[in-house]
Amino acid sequence: MRSDSFVGVSDVSVDLATRLTEALRPRSLGEQAVNFILASLVVAEVEARRIRHDPWEVLTRAIQPLLWLTVFGQAVARARLFAGQDDYLSFMAPGILAQSVMFTSIFYGLAIIWERDAGVLQKILVLPVPRASFVAGKGLGAGLRALIQGAVIVLVAVAMGIHLEVRPVSLLTCTVAILLGAGVFATLSMLLATLLKTRERFMGVGQVLTMPLFFASNAIYPLDIMPTWLRILAHMNPLSYLVELLRGALVQGNPLGVLRDWLVLLVWLGVLQVVVSRRYDRVLL
Amino acid sequence: MKSVMPLVEVTELVRRFGDVLAVDHVSFAIEAGEVFALLGPNGAGKTTTIRMLVTLLRPTSGRVLIAGVDALRYPDRVRRLLGYVPQTLSADGSLTGYENLLMVAKLLRIPRRDRERAIAEVLDLARLNEAADRLVRTYSGGMVRRLEIAQAILHRPMLLVLDEPTIGLDPTARRAVWEALQELRRREGTTLLVTTHYMEEAELHCERVGIMNRGRLVALGTPGELKASIEGARSLDDVFTALTGDTLESGGSFSEVRQLRRRLRRFG
Repeated sequence: MRSDSFVGVSDVSVDLATRLTEALRPRSLGEQAVNFILASLVVAEVEARRIRHDPWEVLTRAIQPLLWLTVFGQAVARARLFAGQDDYLSFMAPGILAQSVMFTSIFYGLAIIWERDAGVLQKILVLPVPRASFVAGKGLGAGLRALIQGAVIVLVAVAMGIHLEVRPVSLLTCTVAILLGAGVFATLSMLLATLLKTRERFMGVGQVLTMPLFFASNAIYPLDIMPTWLRILAHMNPLSYLVELLRGALVQGNPLGVLRDWLVLLVWLGVLQVVVSRRYDRVLL
Repeated sequence: MKSVMPLVEVTELVRRFGDVLAVDHVSFAIEAGEVFALLGPNGAGKTTTIRMLVTLLRPTSGRVLIAGVDALRYPDRVRRLLGYVPQTLSADGSLTGYENLLMVAKLLRIPRRDRERAIAEVLDLARLNEAADRLVRTYSGGMVRRLEIAQAILHRPMLLVLDEPTIGLDPTARRAVWEALQELRRREGTTLLVTTHYMEEAELHCERVGIMNRGRLVALGTPGELKASIEGARSLDDVFTALTGDTLESGGSFSEVRQLRRRLRRFG
């Protein structure tokens, strides 16, 4: 067995030399940028293919936000919580949409812990692919899931007779805002994963985090009914800006959104993306 | 190239985890085209050594050169030269075998016109043509392992590093894995670095063997040389017992045993 496994060294070595030269060629900055973008898209494509093989998980996750809308929403709509609350369900629907974006994405870091435990991470980290691509690609993958759930929620909300402006421009704005928001929360979640490293700790902190993120925001009531300290928290909370964009597009006739909201989300995403890309390897124990 | 420098050159490699010296001044070299095995009881430092080689773990001190390139300074370049199959089952069970390969091929930026051919070639080598469109979660342990090897060689690496490639597989599946690896050597001249627990595999398939014990490299040579160096040793097994027998009682920490059991369960 051993004797026939030796290769004809002469023609292989020429081939090896060219392969070696290609592998060791330094990459230009432009090449690295293209690499980063294409690899990010592939990482997101993996997610898309997973959803296609098993769409039920994504669809069933749309049920919880719909329960908020029907059970909680219908009750509070009669309670008159704050002044000027005339059409509470329309006010609340974009908030619930944003909440579903956050809930889907905030546990996304669990995926890299799981991949570490399963050995997938060890393998992909040895591929010649920039770390930043895994972070950006997973953020985009979270966005895809959030979009599908968002579509279900908007469809059901409209079918329930909740008044929403579903014109093409507002829907386009919502699409971009959801992708951006999901990216922010998924990346935040990955940051937690690199800090906490085990799924037990991650689940604990994740649970604790979702509550204030949701309630210290403008998702289901306006900021001006809050005490000052809570309002300050809500102003730092990226969820508030996502809600404002969605509410602007779907309810308040402001289809393009406020520049400040876009900027805040972009800065959150940019900073988190850089930090997590540098820490990504640390999920390994 | 063979005459110029070894493909892998590890010099005085050290890794500490807190107070534990996991890898203790290990040095060895692997020639291009060789099949090299690292043997050792659980906890001997094989996996830690390998993880430093494939750029997953920074050494405390020491140097790793792959084809003359410093793995610490240029991890990205070294990653283009090597393929890695980790111990745990790492293929994506929620995708098909073909998709697993397609995604890696795209990540590696294999040009579209070459992609299908590259995938067909590795599928053929791993003998997974017929199972290519099935979800990987329906594969047997041996099939997953062969798929992972296929993924790791898509970019035609010069060095393929495999950590316990046949662990938990039945003898037939083990033979199929080695047949794929030997076929790879015939076609591509790929250098192989494996760790294994199976002495007869090392003896049958590997040209040179390094034996690790408690973080140190305690023996290095061809299976024949090693057997000659220990009086009365008739097999590599005897050499192994003579060199590492003192740790057999305590071999394997709790977490390692737990990991192994989990892995075996996953193999079914």
